[in-house]
Amino acid sequence: MEEAITIALFALLLVMAMVIGRERNLFSAAMLTGIFSLISAGLFTALDAVDVAFTEAAVGAGISTVLILATLALTDHHEAHDRLHPSKVNWKAVGVVTLTGVALLYGTVDMPAFGVADAPIHEGVAKHYIDHSFEEIGIPNVVTAVLASYRGYDTFGELGVIFVAGLGVALLLGAGAPSITSEHPHLPQKSRAPYVREMPVVRVVTKALLPFILLFALYVQAHGDFGPGGGFQAGVIFAAGLVLYGLVWGPTALERFARHRIVERATAIGLLLYGGVGVATMAVGGNFLEYGVLTPEHPQHGQHYGIFLVELGVGITVSAVMLVIYYVFAARNVSPTRSSAPVTLPPPPMSEDAS
Amino acid sequence: MIANLWHYGLVVVLMMTGLYIVIAKRNYVKKMMGLAIFQTSVIMLYVTMGKVTGGTPPIFVQNDDGTLTEGIVYSNPLPMVLMLTAIVVGVATMAVGLALVVRIKEAYGTVEDDLVTELNREDEARRHLSAAAQPIKESKS
Amino acid sequence: MTLELVLQCIGAVFLLGGSFFCIVGGIGLVRLPTFYTRCHAAGVTDSAGAAGVLVGLAFVSTPLVAFKLVTVLAFVWLTSVASTHALVKAAHARGVRVMNTPRLDWTIPPPAPDDGEVDPSTPPSDLGPHLSGEEA
Repeated sequence: MEEAITIALFALLLVMAMVIGRERNLFSAAMLTGIFSLISAGLFTALDAVDVAFTEAAVGAGISTVLILATLALTDHHEAHDRLHPSKVNWKAVGVVTLTGVALLYGTVDMPAFGVADAPIHEGVAKHYIDHSFEEIGIPNVVTAVLASYRGYDTFGELGVIFVAGLGVALLLGAGAPSITSEHPHLPQKSRAPYVREMPVVRVVTKALLPFILLFALYVQAHGDFGPGGGFQAGVIFAAGLVLYGLVWGPTALERFARHRIVERATAIGLLLYGGVGVATMAVGGNFLEYGVLTPEHPQHGQHYGIFLVELGVGITVSAVMLVIYYVFAARNVSPTRSSAPVTLPPPPMSEDAS
Repeated sequence: MIANLWHYGLVVVLMMTGLYIVIAKRNYVKKMMGLAIFQTSVIMLYVTMGKVTGGTPPIFVQNDDGTLTEGIVYSNPLPMVLMLTAIVVGVATMAVGLALVVRIKEAYGTVEDDLVTELNREDEARRHLSAAAQPIKESKS
Repeated sequence: MTLELVLQCIGAVFLLGGSFFCIVGGIGLVRLPTFYTRCHAAGVTDSAGAAGVLVGLAFVSTPLVAFKLVTVLAFVWLTSVASTHALVKAAHARGVRVMNTPRLDWTIPPPAPDDGEVDPSTPPSDLGPHLSGEEA
């Protein structure tokens, strides 16, 4: 019976993917992408991956949709008609895709069946995690234990990738966007975008909900040991709450609360915290990120401290990176030096003497 | 065989839909959405491999005194861990891709693939012409 | 008739009611003519459908889980109703017409754009010649 739910959700995902491909109005396609992420979060829950579902719901249905909408605000709203292929289907692409699909299906023929308990993937390291992680680390959520302790190096690298991505977006789009409060101190303290006065329902509900969203983010951060949660989800939810505030009152108002410079520093502080824990364990005498040496008489307590600090670093960097990306996209619209008219290519330097 | 491997088939179809959107659609933002579908399908592949029938999410169920309850089958935590970071990294790289799309729009005035290629070709042709005109000037002076 | 059986029956009734409203909302989302009526259908799913499903689940679970589900319902009611309102307000601000022009009498020509006179056969649209409801 639970396989019926899985098959139904899968079929819904396939339908949504095909509809996203066909939809020409890009706003509709952006909304459908958000719905696609939410349905895949439901599918992950049906497949027992609750941490993954949590992250996918927060990231895919939240931040990712806002990013695509922000991009659409800066580019076109409609997909232009295809002039080289007036019939809607690109048959060469269909051929390539079919060949690849058939090759992939051929590769899956001798993979283990769905849900068998003695598949090779369940032996080896995964068996060790399930059998021994409660004695060695002592927290109920195996995923957090594996993420922060057993596979701490991987998570450190992933955090570095997120930091570099935030850096990349800031370098690409942030060049002309000044920090609004520091460079325009003459703006009145209570200035709002003029339309906000006319949105009483949205204003009141956002103000009522915002403390709960931020509190929930802190709860998820702290509770990652005992249930689904942890640094990644908490960082994304925290950033989503602040982005909600920025969407209603404008990035100027958000900047008064979370200054651009501080958020930029915070992206690095989280990563430094994570690396700092590793350096601290090396200084005490163990390996990099070997938390047990922090409290030698009780390695389990050392694991708890280490996991707490490391997840805190992850949460700080992830939320700061998401905020930086939002700031940079939003300021691109607001900054007066940018116009939305197409920039003509600069004339190439021709030789002066034409003789 | 289909009764055992149906989830691989569905994942491959989803993957190929995403790949088709990336290859065949002209608009860069639409390509990014296809990339998001592709990423989700890869995550789906790993998560379906980790599922154990009759299992429960890998959070230890404890008795009242703190010891673990025996005899519970847990689903595999390892693919979930890898995919958790993969999702957040995916959205970060998508942000970089969308930032590039915004810059392309500002530089070329369009986000359609064929128009950008044409404009690029014209720009290169003009550069070739100006570069070809230079040696004549230097040999004269 | 144990208490557990009674609770499960009540929960089942609520669940069925919630699923009914979800299906009705889904059908309405596809079949209703204008944008605002479709927003109403989506709102039905969010309020009545979610209420039925969550209250039905609350009846069949332990008291702590039931309390959490009722809290989730409160948040869903707060957020989804506000977001439906924001959607409708944005559409109204953009100029989506509330009613389509009825083409009941083909002998009456459609209104010219800048006549200055009010054509009594067509309903007055408050926002002018923008998108009609079904194009949104």
